[in-house]
Amino acid sequence: MARPPSRRPGINRKAQYSLFASYVVAVAGAAAGLLLVVVAIFDPTGFAGLRTATAELTRPVSAGLKNMVSGVNSVDEVLASYWRAGSQNVALRRQVEADRNRIIDAKAVKQENTRLKKLLRLVDEDQSDLLTARLISSSSSSARRFARLNAGRWQGVRPGMPVRAAEGLIGRVHSTTPNTAEVLLLTDTGNIVPVRRANDSVPAISTGAGDGSLEIRALSAGRNPFKPGDLLVTSGIGGIYQPNIPVAVVVRVEGEIAWGFPLANPSRVDAVVVERAFEEVVTRGDPAAEAVSQEAANASNASAP
Amino acid sequence: MIDPHLLHVPRLGRHPGRFRLAGTPVITVLLGSLASVVPLIAQSPVMPTFGLLLLLSWRLLRPELWRVWIGLPLGLFDDMVSGQPLGSAMFLWTVALIGIDYIEHRMVWRSYKQDWLIATIAIIFCITGGVFFARITGGGEIRLSLVAPQMLWTVLLFPFIVRQCARIDRWRVMA
Repeated sequence: MARPPSRRPGINRKAQYSLFASYVVAVAGAAAGLLLVVVAIFDPTGFAGLRTATAELTRPVSAGLKNMVSGVNSVDEVLASYWRAGSQNVALRRQVEADRNRIIDAKAVKQENTRLKKLLRLVDEDQSDLLTARLISSSSSSARRFARLNAGRWQGVRPGMPVRAAEGLIGRVHSTTPNTAEVLLLTDTGNIVPVRRANDSVPAISTGAGDGSLEIRALSAGRNPFKPGDLLVTSGIGGIYQPNIPVAVVVRVEGEIAWGFPLANPSRVDAVVVERAFEEVVTRGDPAAEAVSQEAANASNASAP
Repeated sequence: MIDPHLLHVPRLGRHPGRFRLAGTPVITVLLGSLASVVPLIAQSPVMPTFGLLLLLSWRLLRPELWRVWIGLPLGLFDDMVSGQPLGSAMFLWTVALIGIDYIEHRMVWRSYKQDWLIATIAIIFCITGGVFFARITGGGEIRLSLVAPQMLWTVLLFPFIVRQCARIDRWRVMA
């Protein structure tokens, strides 16, 4: 193919100006785009309102499709599990044997716990659950890891609220529109979660790696205390997440960094639970404190890197 | 019975509507951006950037179709649905289109392979730029190797997409 005819429109003044104007508009618009990005550096959810229209319009489509295809998401996993099925089977059997004893232990501890609580006349009222909803789509073409939740501001969802599934933590609400909310997933490179090792409370910080795994750094100096198989739960530091939500299991240790995998896979969980921010639950009852904690949650949400 | 091959041939005195001529390419690009609506909760950036692919296909197939500012509205829409910071695709797509305009008149002979090369450069530029913007707007440390697979199959998908565009284009211009 020869090159297309020149865009230079001869001596027609009007056409010349129109072509020139199109370049001016394009360059100015590109500069405006750059400006929007610069604004987003300081205020990541600043222009999130612009997304309201598309989010609301695409919500029924995504939700409808989700209803049709739930279950298809795990096809790759089904296929992958045929790989090394034999050795996996043996390993899982051993795991079940080991877990059985632990479950018995846990049941005993639970009974003891209830007994002790009764003695202390402590009523365990956990009012942190706000609502249950489904994740309907995600930012599958972007380097960030956002998922869209099928519930929003009108249902009481606010930025900063933690989102979890039965298996473990999913992430937290990043921004909301009237009927949808954007959830920053645990595996996003910008999501930092304070965690601790479940059995001995070694504190650490979990950061997403963007590819489904988590980078876990111990807060203590010196040798990396983690080893494969360690279970991590939220520590409650920071006031967003409830303590003791399961987060991840360590799979590999490399020098200072331990690599973990989230216990809850957002593509497989059927529904997720939106909870109130931890601090808000703890300080409930005192309206002034509630307002402060809400502000704190918003501030920590906006300032999280 | 009319010969089926003649179904797409313009009849005498009939023209496709203005909306069909101008709207079809825009709508296909918007639909490409909307690919992120599928209920897939991705664990890594796996989805090829269909909006960008369709934009490049139309641009390289029909150089006279759009002025360069078309990257602004289409990019803004892509930003609204893709999860990238707003303004990211707006900037990157427009710069890519200006770049294509710039090289187009410096290449004397251009064939399908050169088109693919141009698209490859544009795709790599836009995805890398997207990662950069995501990183500076609170994305933390995003490695480029994270988007390498996405880049690869977006580039490999270009010939297929450009052919589908050509097919739609044939329908577009025939009344």
